[in-house]
Amino acid sequence: MKASPRSNAIEAAVLFVAALLPFLLQAMGEEFYIGFATRLLIFALAATSLNFIVGYGGMVAFGHAAFFGGGAYIVAFLMQAGIVSAWIAWPLAVLAAVVASLAIGALSLRTRGVYFIMITLAFAQMIYYSIISLQSAGGDDGLPLEQRSTLAPFDLASDMTLYWVALAALAGCLIALRRLANSRYGRALAGLRQNEQRMEALGYPVDRLKLVCFVIGAGIAGLAGALLVNQNGLASPTQLYWTQSGMLLVMVILGGVGQRYGGMLGAIALLGLEEALGLMTEYAHLYIGLALLAVVLFAPRGLAGLAGLTDLRRA
Amino acid sequence: MTQLVLEQLLNGLQFGLMLFLIASGLTLVFGIMDMINLSHGSLYMGGAYLGAAAAQASGSFVTGLLAAMLGMAVIGVVLELLLLRKLYLRDHLAQVLATFALILIANDLVRMIWGPQPLLLNPPAALAGPVELFGFSYPAYRLLIIGVGLLVALFLYVLVSHTRLGMWVRAGAANRTMAECMGVDVRWLFTGLFALGAALAAAAGTLLGPLLAVQVGMGESILILAFVVIVIGGIGSIRGALVGALLVGIVDTLGRALLPTLLRAVSSPEVAGHLGPALASIMIYLLMAAILFWRPQGLFPARA
Repeated sequence: MKASPRSNAIEAAVLFVAALLPFLLQAMGEEFYIGFATRLLIFALAATSLNFIVGYGGMVAFGHAAFFGGGAYIVAFLMQAGIVSAWIAWPLAVLAAVVASLAIGALSLRTRGVYFIMITLAFAQMIYYSIISLQSAGGDDGLPLEQRSTLAPFDLASDMTLYWVALAALAGCLIALRRLANSRYGRALAGLRQNEQRMEALGYPVDRLKLVCFVIGAGIAGLAGALLVNQNGLASPTQLYWTQSGMLLVMVILGGVGQRYGGMLGAIALLGLEEALGLMTEYAHLYIGLALLAVVLFAPRGLAGLAGLTDLRRA
Repeated sequence: MTQLVLEQLLNGLQFGLMLFLIASGLTLVFGIMDMINLSHGSLYMGGAYLGAAAAQASGSFVTGLLAAMLGMAVIGVVLELLLLRKLYLRDHLAQVLATFALILIANDLVRMIWGPQPLLLNPPAALAGPVELFGFSYPAYRLLIIGVGLLVALFLYVLVSHTRLGMWVRAGAANRTMAECMGVDVRWLFTGLFALGAALAAAAGTLLGPLLAVQVGMGESILILAFVVIVIGGIGSIRGALVGALLVGIVDTLGRALLPTLLRAVSSPEVAGHLGPALASIMIYLLMAAILFWRPQGLFPARA
């Protein structure tokens, strides 16, 4: 997919605002919201990673929570084992997500369409049930993090530092994914999305290309999970449950499938709406649901399409 | 030991039959319209709440059951006409988004109407006690569920394989376009089917109410089991749904009851204590992954 100058501008604008936000909040004396803003960035990262699989790779994966929540659990496990340093724990969280997704992806890619959706869901549920039945993982209560990871020379205990780290991770991944999308590999993925059989006939190793895409997305989700557990202070089973996978998928569709900033847009819109409605009503999800229905019926290409910003033409 | 196995087999049969009630509607939605409906679990939850409320108000379990089925059938028709019809031709992602939105709406609506506390639903007083069966006692209410489940399965079997209506349904599942060309009005047929599916899910919700808690979120866990059932059975196949449901119900129930004991016999108690519950709870997913691996279309594929 060719990145249009317009979507580059959007992405830059959002990141620019995100970079200004801490100073803005400080000026307004609302530092309390920095935690929420960090959450937004982390979910934006997770949704972006899923959008890479769904939008670029054309695979509707319904088990992304396994890698996102899994990354959180790995960091919490390692903390329990005495490994506090983020320089060790976070790469291991990514590595675990990569290894798990290699196995899950290789098996799941034997199926297509609805069956792919269902088998990724099944694998994620297996991981969910395995972890909640582990007593050492805290069962239904989850695994609390005694302290944040340490990221020498930075002081992660400060909320502000965690925000900057999350922002750096998001910006880094967005840039990396953009370069990937414009590379030979990205072109091959775009071809696959258009016509899988033709690409196969041209000699491309279709399943391997898709598997690599699945694994890259999962690895980034693992990193997002490592950030999330530091922000939440808890690795909880709800982060592994299928509704979390559903929420991430909703963010991607809401923002715009295959739009480079679609995941980011969807995460910000959904969590922002949830937070704002939560202040006003006890039944925020009712209104969010109605808003999502409106998007399905009236804005088929998500928020990005609504703004006329699609840079992906569907075949 | 045999008594335990027998009792768990009956429990598995009972659970499997209830799964069948939920999955039979879902598999037709999936098979005929190629539509992912995540909100089927909400129909089940709505049915349980309606049933519990009606049973409390009227004092009769049967009234509650019938009210739940009728109420959810009406809601199903309204949903189908207003929303789902617009989604059949859209891609799976749009369907996931819309029906996930329905889950959010349904959960909050139920909380709004009935509050966050679980509702209590008592089994009919006449069936509260146990009955003697092959030398052991078994709850009469669970036997009733087995009976009702078998009756519904029989009813669906006759409906699908021995009536004109069923012929249309099977034709629609095998090839919708071709069935339309041959003069079957698939649209209205489907509205009716959706209502039937909603009523069956509501029946399962009410019948399971006294055994499980009637609470918000009850639909989410059962929905995934129903998906596992229909994927194992083959999407769009009623027969597949029945076999899949019984398989899932029995494997899940027996696995949870017996696996820890079996493991203890072959390995150290420590390993068994850790591995047993974990393995038991993922057995059905392993089963599904294995079946998809070797038979990607499920056991009884509906499409030719």
